[in-house]
Amino acid sequence: MSETQAAGAAPTPVTTESTAALDQTNHWWRLIAVWVVLSAIADPLFYYLAGPHMPPGTMTDVAEGAQFDFNVLMVCAIPVILAVWIYLLYALITWRASRGGPEPVAGPEARGHLGVQVGWIVFSTVLVMFLFGFGTYELVQPEGAGGGEGASPIWTPASKTILPIQVIGQQWKFTYRYPTFGGFETDELVVPSDTTIQFNVTSLDVIHSFWAYQLGVKADANPDYNNVAYATTQQLGSFIVRCAELCGLWHGAMYNSGAVVTKQQFDSWARLTEFRLRKNTALLPPYRLTYTPDANGADGSYYPDNVDPYSKTEQYGAPQNNGAG
Amino acid sequence: MAWKVTVTAVLFAICAAAAVILIVSLLGTPPVVSYSSSAPGQSVNVTLQSVGSYGSPPHPTWVSYLVRSPQGQWVHTTVFQVPEHTRINFTIYNYDSGSPLRNQQIGQVTGTYGNVATLNGKPFRVVNSNAGNGVAHTFSIPSLGVSVPLYANNGNANLCAAAPCTLKSPVQVIRFSITSPGPGDYRWQCFVPCGLGFLFGNGGPMSTLGYMGGFMKVVA
Repeated sequence: MSETQAAGAAPTPVTTESTAALDQTNHWWRLIAVWVVLSAIADPLFYYLAGPHMPPGTMTDVAEGAQFDFNVLMVCAIPVILAVWIYLLYALITWRASRGGPEPVAGPEARGHLGVQVGWIVFSTVLVMFLFGFGTYELVQPEGAGGGEGASPIWTPASKTILPIQVIGQQWKFTYRYPTFGGFETDELVVPSDTTIQFNVTSLDVIHSFWAYQLGVKADANPDYNNVAYATTQQLGSFIVRCAELCGLWHGAMYNSGAVVTKQQFDSWARLTEFRLRKNTALLPPYRLTYTPDANGADGSYYPDNVDPYSKTEQYGAPQNNGAG
Repeated sequence: MAWKVTVTAVLFAICAAAAVILIVSLLGTPPVVSYSSSAPGQSVNVTLQSVGSYGSPPHPTWVSYLVRSPQGQWVHTTVFQVPEHTRINFTIYNYDSGSPLRNQQIGQVTGTYGNVATLNGKPFRVVNSNAGNGVAHTFSIPSLGVSVPLYANNGNANLCAAAPCTLKSPVQVIRFSITSPGPGDYRWQCFVPCGLGFLFGNGGPMSTLGYMGGFMKVVA
């Protein structure tokens, strides 16, 4: 506020000359031109230079799909970011108050511009609706986009040869069962390349979340529930598995690494592991999509144990009738 | 008016002090038992015991591990320090009873020399938790792939009720060896949900440093 205004005098009006000067400068077209040029440069630069390196990579088809989605979102977002930044920078440079000049807030230029407001709303709506449609389409293909689809997946892969792997969450680690190799259970997650994997995700206690980041797979592990996610491997390499659901003190330490190997290497590993763990595999319950532990602490057997030494009220899951788990 | 200010100030001071005490107690870590080899390349012997109830405040009923110091004193801690790239010979005295495992997968020995351990002098690779006394606890270092099940004592025996327990009580002695990795803090824990009275058995002592989980600190 100027000294004149502070003294109670009327604000200095914008002069006719200065208004005319503003009108003569076609700010609108200048802004659009700068924005279009910069967007046309930035979008392809991002898509072709940075895009291939964006997470989560291309280790599986669903990971590649997620990377593509991320890149599309960024290509849409970059022009929006540029529009805001360019306008701010332009305004700072062009309409900054000069020393000794008139107060900048006054006159019709300070009021809202209906065209700009409508344009912004229409543009935002079109963009958001496009992203809504695009995101929905990308979620259902390929085969649920690596997310857990529940016990009865709607989007199933067309491949006839699917390798099932059971992911079992428990405080505080994941273990993996391979039903097509005798049902052995191990701490290691090894998968073959160029193969469609069906992850059957469940839990023995609280809720966990199986997040194989580089595979593009993320599925909640719920007790007494089978959550199915698909992915088709297409690159060799190692990946990290983390729990993505806060599950207790050692949640942060609930991770391990896995590997995508060649089919021959996988076959050798699976048969060797099946043989190596055969004694313990014989003691495991028969392979099932879910298991029914109870909540009775140390006696929370893998099986419905039909023994109730601690509590009759804390039992979890299905009724504990006798029988194999 | 003055007394209101005084009361408010005193209450504030009490609350602040309580908050500080709480934070300090939460940040507190168990003591570290330090082992070192007597000569370069020589192995180090680490001795632990697991008891069904610690027997002393603040949680006398909680199941717990203890570590024996090189001087022979039992210390209520789960943090111990060993030298890097050294053979570590573990001896665990288990004084607790057990049960079938929630997941028999942890009934096998992994990550030790030869993937084997000894139970009362007899080598074993797998414990059938659905037979005999079952499994009481495991000693597991997940990042090193180490996991050893501790065979349990008969629950009907006159088990030790307060630590430190002695060989006069029923005990199972489990021995195994590993090679320590490079420097760092390696989390170890029991994977048997043995926190009785807590949902799924993984609260209380299973979620408190100094009871059923801790760190193996490896130093250069």
